[in-house]
Amino acid sequence: MFSAFLIKYAEIGVKGKNRYLFEDALVRRIRLALKKSQGEFEVRKNQGRIYVEALGEFDYDETVERLKHVFGISGICPVAYTQDEGFEKLCETVVRYVADVYPDRNLTFKVDTRRARKNYPKESMEINADLGEAILNAFPEMRVDVHDPQVVIHVEIREQIYLYSVVIPGPGGMPVGTGGKAMLLLSGGIDSPVAGYMIAKRGVQLDAVYFHAPPYTSERAKQKVIDLARIVSEYAGPIYLHVINFTRIQQYIFEKCPHEELTVIMRRYMMRIAEKIALETQCLGLITGESIGQVASQTMQSLAATDQVCGLPVYRPLIGFDKQEIVETAGKIGTFETSILPYEDCCTIFVAKHPVTKPNLKVIRRHEQNLDPEIEEMIQTALETDERIVVGGDA
Amino acid sequence: MEVYLDNSATTRVLPEVAELMTRIMCEDYGNPSSLHIKGMQAEQYLRGARKTLSTLLKAEEKEIYFTSGGTESDNMALIGCALANRRQGNHLVTTQIEHPAVLKTMRYLEKEGFRVTYLPVDGSGRISLDDLQSAITPQTILVSVMHTNNEVGSLQPVQEAGALIRRVNPRTLFHVDAVQGFGKSRIYPGKMGIDLLSASGHKIHGPKGVGLLYIGNRVKIQPILHGGGQQSDLRSGTDNVPGAAGMAKAAELLYAHLDQDVERLASCKRRFLDGLRQLEGVRINGLLPDSPDGEGTAPHIVSASFYGVRSEVLLHALEEEGIYVSAGSACSARKPQPSATLRAMGVEQWMLESTVRFSFSVYTTMEEIDYTLRTMYDKIPMLRKYTRR
Repeated sequence: MFSAFLIKYAEIGVKGKNRYLFEDALVRRIRLALKKSQGEFEVRKNQGRIYVEALGEFDYDETVERLKHVFGISGICPVAYTQDEGFEKLCETVVRYVADVYPDRNLTFKVDTRRARKNYPKESMEINADLGEAILNAFPEMRVDVHDPQVVIHVEIREQIYLYSVVIPGPGGMPVGTGGKAMLLLSGGIDSPVAGYMIAKRGVQLDAVYFHAPPYTSERAKQKVIDLARIVSEYAGPIYLHVINFTRIQQYIFEKCPHEELTVIMRRYMMRIAEKIALETQCLGLITGESIGQVASQTMQSLAATDQVCGLPVYRPLIGFDKQEIVETAGKIGTFETSILPYEDCCTIFVAKHPVTKPNLKVIRRHEQNLDPEIEEMIQTALETDERIVVGGDA
Repeated sequence: MEVYLDNSATTRVLPEVAELMTRIMCEDYGNPSSLHIKGMQAEQYLRGARKTLSTLLKAEEKEIYFTSGGTESDNMALIGCALANRRQGNHLVTTQIEHPAVLKTMRYLEKEGFRVTYLPVDGSGRISLDDLQSAITPQTILVSVMHTNNEVGSLQPVQEAGALIRRVNPRTLFHVDAVQGFGKSRIYPGKMGIDLLSASGHKIHGPKGVGLLYIGNRVKIQPILHGGGQQSDLRSGTDNVPGAAGMAKAAELLYAHLDQDVERLASCKRRFLDGLRQLEGVRINGLLPDSPDGEGTAPHIVSASFYGVRSEVLLHALEEEGIYVSAGSACSARKPQPSATLRAMGVEQWMLESTVRFSFSVYTTMEEIDYTLRTMYDKIPMLRKYTRR
C-alpha cells in the first residue's frame, strides 16, 4: 500500500540560514543508507520536506530499518499515494486506508488536510469535515477528537494525493557529516562503541583507533573490534579504523614504571598516539567510552591524568551513565553481543591487582620520565605500524 | 615455516580422501535412498565405507552407523541407550574428564531424571578400576569412559573396564568415546567388551561433519533423530555419502601403516618431552608416574604447563612464528573456565591458566619438533619477563 516515506526531522527545522546544509546532508545520508536496500528510490527535498519515493518494487521492512539508522531523522511516515479521481473516490480511498492501517478502529482521530494544489475544488477545512464524516459513517466506533486525537490522518493534495498517519520513530540527532570528524578510541569492550554511536548521532563523522598488542591480544580480538566498528558504521557511515601495534610500549611501561600506575600511564600514551593520528587526519577531538568511577582508570583523578596529555578536546558522552544504561544502549544499537565475546583486550592483560585509583599527576609525570630514553622512538615506530582499515566502506 | 601442532582439534585431509570425495560430490552424487542406478552407485560407496570400517574394528557391517561427528555419536549413544533402557534402571556412570559431548549430555540426562556417577581420576588422569567397580549397581544401565583424553592424552583402561563391567553387571552397557583414540591404536570393541564406540572423521585426516557410532548387536537403543528412516531407522537423515566414504578411506590409509605411524608419533613425543625438560618451570601433564618418556599415554598429545606464562599468550606468541597449538584450558580474563580435566587431576592452581596442548600427526616432522622447541626457548624467557606481578 505504501510507496513513499515522508521524513520528519526535528532539530534541523530550527536551524537558520544554513538549514539547507543540514537538509542536503540528510538527503545524502538517506541516499547512502538506501543504496544497500533492495529497490530503487528517489530522495527529494520539496517545500521543506524530504520524501523518499520507491520507484518500483521494494522491501518495506528493510527500507524502514535502514531509515531508522539515519541520524537526523526523527520520524518516518509511510505514505500512500492515490490519483485525484474526484472527491467521492478520495473518500473511499481514505476509508479503505483506515481499515487497512487500523484494524481495531476503536480510536479517536482527526483529519488534517494540506492543500498544496490551490485549484482543488474544496477548501482544507471542508475536506477535513467531509472526510471525517465519511470515516465515521464507515466505522461508527471511531470518534473525532480535534484537540488530542490518537491518530491524525494527514491528507496532502498535490498532483497526486498523499495519505499518511503513522509515525515510526527515527534515531533523532543530526546528519553525519554536519559536525566535523572525531577520533574514537575503540577497545572491544561495551562502552566505546556506544560512545562512538552517541557522538556520531550529533552529526560527527568517526575515525577510530584500536591498540593491538600481540601476542597478548589475538587476531580474534582485532576482528572483534573490526566487527564492532562495522556495526557502528551502519549508523555513522564508513569508519577509518587505525590499528596500532602497542605491544612494545606496553612492555616498556611495564619494565620502567610502578605496576599500580601502569594502566593510567598506558592510557596516557594511548591518548597521545590517538591525538597524533587525529591531528594528521583532521579530527577535531577524541572520543572515549569512559564513565566516572566505573573502574580505577576512570575515577575523576585518573580521568584528569589522561585528559592532561591532550590538546584536543576529549569527548566522553557516557560520563554520567551507569553501566546498565550503557548496556541497554549497546543492546539497542546491536553492539552488545559482539562486545561480550571473551577475547583478551590490551587493557586487561597487564592490569595490576590493585591499580591506583587516585593517581597523583606529579608522581605519574616523574615516573614517565623513566621512559624518556626510548619512548618517543617507540611511539614513532608504533605509528608506523598503523594498519588503516576502511570499515563499512563497501556500502 | 608453518607448523601445525593442533591435530587434536582437527587434521589436514589426506589428498586421496579429498579426491575421492570430490568425485562423489561432483559425479557420483546420487542419494542411496533413490531407486535408480545413480542412487545405487551412491549406495555402493556407503556399503564400501561401512565394510572398510567394520573390518578395521573387527565388527559386523550392521553394527556401524554414520553420524554427523563425535558429538552426535556420543549424544546418540548416551541418550538413545538411557531412554531405551529406562525400565531396567536409571543409573549412569562416567568420568570427570570426559569431553563436553559426554559430560553435558550426562548433565542433560540428570535433568531428565537419571542419576549419574562421575568417577574421579588420579594425578596422571586415569580412573581406578576399583572406583568403577564400586560405582556399578544393579540399576546401572550404561558406563561411558573415554579411550584417550583430549586435553592431556591419558589413556583409560578400557579393556579392563570392559571385562569388569561384564563381570559386575552383565546387563550394563559400555560406551567408549574413542574420538581421540581411533586411528592411533587398534580398538576392537567386540573383543574389549565395548558395546558402543564413538569416532570422528576429521581427527583422522578425514572430513569434518561425519563420525561413526559402533552399536553392538546386543544393544537396546532408540533413535534421537527421527525422519526418513535411513540406517535401519536408527539415524534418519540423507546419507552423507562423501563424508562416510572419506572417513573410511582415511581410516583405511592410516591403518595400513598404523604401527609405524604410532612409533613415529611416540618418538616425536619423546623428543619433544626431552626438549621441554630443558626449560625451567615446566610441568608435563598426564604422564604415568614411572614413564617419563610418555609410555602408556597417547602418542600424539603433549600437555605442558609453563610457570608464569599464560596459555593464550604463549599460543599467540607461537602463532607469530607460524606454530599452531591449543590453549590447554579455555581460560580468559572475562570468562574463566579452567579445564575440567586438569582440575580433576588436582593440578596446582597456576597450571590451570598456563597449560598448552601440542598434538602431532603423521605429517609432523622432527624438524618441526625442533623448530617449535627452539622457538619456545627463545620466547618463554621474554614472556616470563612481562608476567602479571
